[in-house]
Amino acid sequence: MRSPYRYALVGIAAAALLTVGCSSGNSGGSSGGTSWSAKTSAAAGGGVSALVTAAKAEGTLNVIALPADWANYGTIIKDFEAKYGIKVNSANPEGSSQDEVNAVRQENGTSAAPDVLDVGMSVALANTSLFAPYEVSTWSSIPAAQKASSGVWVQDYGGYMSIGYNSAKFPSITSVSQLLGPQFKNAVALNGNPTAANAALIGVMMASLASGGSADSITDGVNFFHQLKQAGNFVPVQATAATVKAGTTPVVINWDYLNTASVVGSSTWKVFVPQNAVIGGYYAQAINKQAPHPAAARLWEEFLYSQAASGGQNLWLEGGARPVEQQAMTTNSTINTSAASALPAVNGTPLFLTPTQATDASTYLAANWAAAVK
Amino acid sequence: MRAGRRPLLSRSRLAWTGTLPFLGYVGVFLLLPTGIVLWDAIHDSSGGFDFGAINTLWSSSTRSYFVNSAELSAITSVIGALLGAVLSYAVATGNPDGLIRRLYLAGSGVLAQFGGVTLAFAFLITIGPTSGLLLHAGWFYDFPQGIGLIYIYFQIPLMVLVFLPAIDGLKAQWREATETLGGSAWQFWRYVGGPLLAPAFLGAALLLFANALSAFATIAAWENQISYVVPQQIGTALSSEVGLSSVNQADVLALGMIVLVAIVMTGYTLLQRRTTRWLR
Amino acid sequence: MAAVAGLHARRRRRLNVFRYVVFTVFGLFFLLPLLAMIRFSLEGSTGGSWSLSAWGQIASYAGPPPLLSGVEITLELAVITCLIVLVLLVPTVIWVRLRVRWMTRLIEALCLLPLTIPAIVLVVGLAPIYRVIRQQFSLSALQLFWVYAILALPYAYRALAAGLEGVDVKTLSEAARSLGAGWTTVIWRVIVPNMRQGVLNAMLLTGALVLGEFTIAYLLLYTNLQVTLFYVSRGTPNAGVLFSTSSAALLFAFVLLLILSYVGRSRGRRSERSKVSK
Repeated sequence: MRSPYRYALVGIAAAALLTVGCSSGNSGGSSGGTSWSAKTSAAAGGGVSALVTAAKAEGTLNVIALPADWANYGTIIKDFEAKYGIKVNSANPEGSSQDEVNAVRQENGTSAAPDVLDVGMSVALANTSLFAPYEVSTWSSIPAAQKASSGVWVQDYGGYMSIGYNSAKFPSITSVSQLLGPQFKNAVALNGNPTAANAALIGVMMASLASGGSADSITDGVNFFHQLKQAGNFVPVQATAATVKAGTTPVVINWDYLNTASVVGSSTWKVFVPQNAVIGGYYAQAINKQAPHPAAARLWEEFLYSQAASGGQNLWLEGGARPVEQQAMTTNSTINTSAASALPAVNGTPLFLTPTQATDASTYLAANWAAAVK
Repeated sequence: MRAGRRPLLSRSRLAWTGTLPFLGYVGVFLLLPTGIVLWDAIHDSSGGFDFGAINTLWSSSTRSYFVNSAELSAITSVIGALLGAVLSYAVATGNPDGLIRRLYLAGSGVLAQFGGVTLAFAFLITIGPTSGLLLHAGWFYDFPQGIGLIYIYFQIPLMVLVFLPAIDGLKAQWREATETLGGSAWQFWRYVGGPLLAPAFLGAALLLFANALSAFATIAAWENQISYVVPQQIGTALSSEVGLSSVNQADVLALGMIVLVAIVMTGYTLLQRRTTRWLR
Repeated sequence: MAAVAGLHARRRRRLNVFRYVVFTVFGLFFLLPLLAMIRFSLEGSTGGSWSLSAWGQIASYAGPPPLLSGVEITLELAVITCLIVLVLLVPTVIWVRLRVRWMTRLIEALCLLPLTIPAIVLVVGLAPIYRVIRQQFSLSALQLFWVYAILALPYAYRALAAGLEGVDVKTLSEAARSLGAGWTTVIWRVIVPNMRQGVLNAMLLTGALVLGEFTIAYLLLYTNLQVTLFYVSRGTPNAGVLFSTSSAALLFAFVLLLILSYVGRSRGRRSERSKVSK
């Protein structure tokens, strides 16, 4: 083998060694003792204190797609870290639920794989083979309809679709159809693409219900946004705290817990849930079957579902979301009443999409959304 | 007879093995991924042949994505090529050691890579409808005007990078010869400069076309509530959390893109052959 | 002849007017968004005030993820990628020029391919490969260098080919070989020093590419500078740090490229350039 070849080989080998040397460990797997990855409850593994010990020994937790300003996750993560001394690695805060599942598939077998997931219901139902069954200590406080009987997923928090707006710029909004008016030119934004993001799909569905449609068909919603675009009121830019501050997206259709004044960062921000179109959605927690830190993952779940004053349920409530154990906690008075009363007023019967309705909606959107709003 | 030559290793038949590391590297990290995508596009999840997925390429919504992609790429590559050629000419006719040439070359090297969320945001705050600064361009949200303008912003530097060597290769003697024979500037460009530069120009324009076709980060950051072009649709197929995620769909769309781009590439290679003849 | 000289002068004047108009118009077009970015990065918290806090935040923005780690990773990636391009592409290009001319078309086509295969397509096919890399080699984001070197090929190849054109490879190599040099010496100690500017150009274009790359890093679940900036744009109401970091990166690359154009001027190359309308 002659010289250029040899040099190239040497060079590549050197570079590869260089980067391997910089690698962070890549062995997955738990650190001896009780293997928590097979335990389906804290009791089965010897109690919560044993769980805490094992989790602390693991020392790390990998979470994914948890923005700091989403339902108070920033505080939840900090509090968890402070309480147990476990370092939380928060990956891809802007990822979708599908991105979480993709990450699990891509990274399983390494120490960077996500331990726990917080996903929308359609993604949860489609990927149960990736999850490990686990029942938190407060399992009985969770309504049966909001958890999998096998324990592979359990709903955690939810909210209702709302319209948030800058009250300094616009008059009080009392109906969805008001958004078609001329004063909302270049003002109204969704939270993402309805063919990709759950929050956006529910937003279109809310418009559909407000226009007189039913949850079985999203056609009226697509037509509404078509009209919105024709009127020049639709802003296709992703609404973020930065775009709100810059004035690019002064009206945002989003979950009510993302439309609070503190999350948006504007004191003049108001939120409105339409009376005749109360549509809600809950997200679900799941544990990765091949979680690299199984004890920490389960401890995280225990923390999130704890009904303590500083536990996850109340922290979510403080973030403006409705925790799944809200009813139980109201009954046994462990709920943070001031946070509960700060939730946006909701008049009307809330509606939740069934999986069939959700699929029909997304199929319709896939074929018609782009043409309607281009 | 050349002294000092090692007889055995100058067998030109084996000389090509010197390129093996390069070929191997490109094979693993470029050809293999492409092959994987193409393979998965025509196979279903259990490994059997399944050309059915390719039928989705003909559906009207998918067709519209390809049409949009082609439209956006064509417009921005033509405009970018023309403007870039003008700029290249201006740069090439200056002092080869001058500051302006250096500034524009360095700028082109940097701006050709500038894209993504920062570029989209920068344009949004400069000329967006609610821009704090300048124009309040309502058409900025329209396709293809808004994103077209952003694309042109990095197409022109790319054109300069690609086309400048061709203009540099036009010898001054040819211009002077035309002058001596009494030809005007128009005649020079029509009969001498134009035909000489045409293959290089078209080749560069095709390159710009392929570049616009492939761009993803910028348009995804510009508007994300509507998918216009195929790369956005591939992104949706990978990340959609409302049940529209399908790696197979992503593969099929990718197949369509590769075919489209392969056609463009072939055109470019053919044109390149004609170019280099004159510029050697 | 005087008529031709007069013709030259008139033409030169018209040409200069044309050039200055072009430079002004294009200069404004390119500078406008950049100036807007810089202006926004200098904005203070209350309207109308100025502040350097966004620039300070480049170092202090804690995220998660912290901005500085994204900057570090990207800079390291740029260096590693440049090394790979140097070690892989330079000898190949020279070798082909020297010994295997018939492969030029193939190499050129291969080097052009990354520009035309969309990154988003490539990343779908790269996922299984990177899964293996993650599990067998390293979790570090620095492993992106494998694919970044591929992405850099079109730009690096052009720069190297342009640099090689001005070098009389045949004469140099034959002279060196006749004096007993091996091929390694011919390539690295005889030819490369004569195309120093081309090599440096290729390195810096590679660096600019690495600084700006987003899609592949994001979809392969790595965090680099652009991915971090993406998170910043979504995670904070203050877009200032987004603009200050981008401006800094652009300025950095620009200044480097500018300095390069002054360095490494090889003898006789400039005199070969004939301008069209002299």
